[in-house]
Amino acid sequence: MTQTEIAPLRLHLIRDRVPTVDQVTVEERAAAFTKRSIKTSAKLAGLKMAVSMMDITSLEGKDTPGRIAYLCRKALQPIEPQYDVPSCAAVCVYPNMVRYARRFLGERSVVKIASVATGFPSGQYPLRTKLEETRRAMGDGADEVDMVIDRGAFLAGDYRKMFDEITAVKAACGPAHLKVILETGELVTYDNVRLASQIAMEAGADFIKTSTGKVQPAATLPVTLVMLEAIRDYFFATGLRVGMKPAGGIRTAKQSLAYLVMVKETLGDDWLTPDLFRIGASTLLNDVLMQIVKTVDGHYQSADYFSLS
Amino acid sequence: MSALRLDVRKTYKLFIGGNFVRSESGRSLPARSPSGQTLDNICHASRKDLRDAVAAARPAAGGWAKKSAYLRGQILYRAAEMLEDRAAAMTEEIARSTGAATAEARAEVDLAIDRLVYFAGWTDKFTQVFGAVNPVATSHFNFTIPEPTGVVAVLAPDEPSLLPVISLAIPAVLTGNSAVVIASDKFPLPVLTFAEILATSDLPGGVINILAGRRAELIPHLAGHKDINAIVNASGVEEAHRALQDGTAINLKRYAARVMTAQDWFTEAAENPYWMADTVEFKTAWHPIGL
Repeated sequence: MTQTEIAPLRLHLIRDRVPTVDQVTVEERAAAFTKRSIKTSAKLAGLKMAVSMMDITSLEGKDTPGRIAYLCRKALQPIEPQYDVPSCAAVCVYPNMVRYARRFLGERSVVKIASVATGFPSGQYPLRTKLEETRRAMGDGADEVDMVIDRGAFLAGDYRKMFDEITAVKAACGPAHLKVILETGELVTYDNVRLASQIAMEAGADFIKTSTGKVQPAATLPVTLVMLEAIRDYFFATGLRVGMKPAGGIRTAKQSLAYLVMVKETLGDDWLTPDLFRIGASTLLNDVLMQIVKTVDGHYQSADYFSLS
Repeated sequence: MSALRLDVRKTYKLFIGGNFVRSESGRSLPARSPSGQTLDNICHASRKDLRDAVAAARPAAGGWAKKSAYLRGQILYRAAEMLEDRAAAMTEEIARSTGAATAEARAEVDLAIDRLVYFAGWTDKFTQVFGAVNPVATSHFNFTIPEPTGVVAVLAPDEPSLLPVISLAIPAVLTGNSAVVIASDKFPLPVLTFAEILATSDLPGGVINILAGRRAELIPHLAGHKDINAIVNASGVEEAHRALQDGTAINLKRYAARVMTAQDWFTEAAENPYWMADTVEFKTAWHPIGL
């Protein structure tokens, strides 16, 4: 059966198949992850792991080829080699910037190139242009596509439209990893987040991602927990491992450690790899680097001594 | 009625980023009078409170330095007004903390107010006094201006309890720096009360932060802290002086030791305008001029 033939079956009674979320419990449980005491060598290992899972992001109207080259350089070598910090997982840029990132990183780079697509950040564009955007980004050398869902369609109850768009984009991006941005800040309730996660995974998402970073609130611990639990249940039901990417609003090293703890305690060590967990951020990297240097050198650090983020 | 009433005793809090906060560590210390009587409790700052204070002082410095010199002067003058308004309470605080006679304590408060006014006047004058137009042989207009260095850590001596903090912190902040003040170990209450006066005097949050507790615990983290640009040490503790000199030699931050006796703080020596020069950077610009 083709994707479109399966689709109606999969979407059948989806609202009944997806459990509801208890807001109080999920928020309490998420808050508990910030209470773990992670010190010295464990902290250092955690921070380096966070760097290796980071999609460092520049999604601004003022992005230029030069700024993208700078971003790529920083992703490859975030800090002086003496600190033994790994490269970031990927750079995340607008479709028009993909070619410049590819030019800088070359064909075989440890740092992947992720392109946002499908009418980022609103998603309020025709499917035709969304697919065209995706193909262009692929043609320019993107390894990963971060698409946004049509929140308008989802909130209007048109799950079919949302589902079909994801399958179409998935087909358009071929071998590239597809991350589906739910923009949880616009979905209003945890029940909606859980439902949208399920639809995205059933439609073929390789990753589900919280936010564009352009809407407040962006990633929060509770919303990420809801999505991680959806991933866990989907894994139990199908055996398929879907990745998770919280993005937006994660600014401190401490927050990033809380996310890692949450992933470990919800999905286990299998997911603690850049193949299945990413953190999307623009300013987080410098804070993590400052904490790493602080842990190694023993002195509190200053932003003056770190390259611009 | 009065016999049955329980005292509502105050725990003096730290002053960080314009807020009164308890120590992150949850610790407190009793503040004792010279006769050993427990007056009140104070929050006992930890190295993480120091970190938080610097993190609050850093962003505050930029906005404070951008305010016009005249406005900075007005705000410091406002602090003098607020202290004048609460002079009686401050006198009582100094008297009960240090055991000084009321008249002595009042003299210290009066001098503190006058000194605030004195330094308020310097905000729009130090640039002219310390700046210069330099004679050069080429067709350039060459001038030097002082600019704030950033975050200044201030170590107060044990006594007097209030006056040194004014004489040390105000010359640092009037030029546009922000300050993290570590109060007297022995008599912390008057400075913590001064924080309450600053909080109601239009001074933007974070420009002056005040920590109390045990300075020896914080000193090891001062010199190495890369986000502190200068240290002014009037603690008078020899080991502190040596530790800070050693530490600052590594990262080349500014270090100024103030060697003063308790009496010196009541003299003009504590109004030395050159103290301002210890926490500024001198920038020299070469501007081409027409032939």
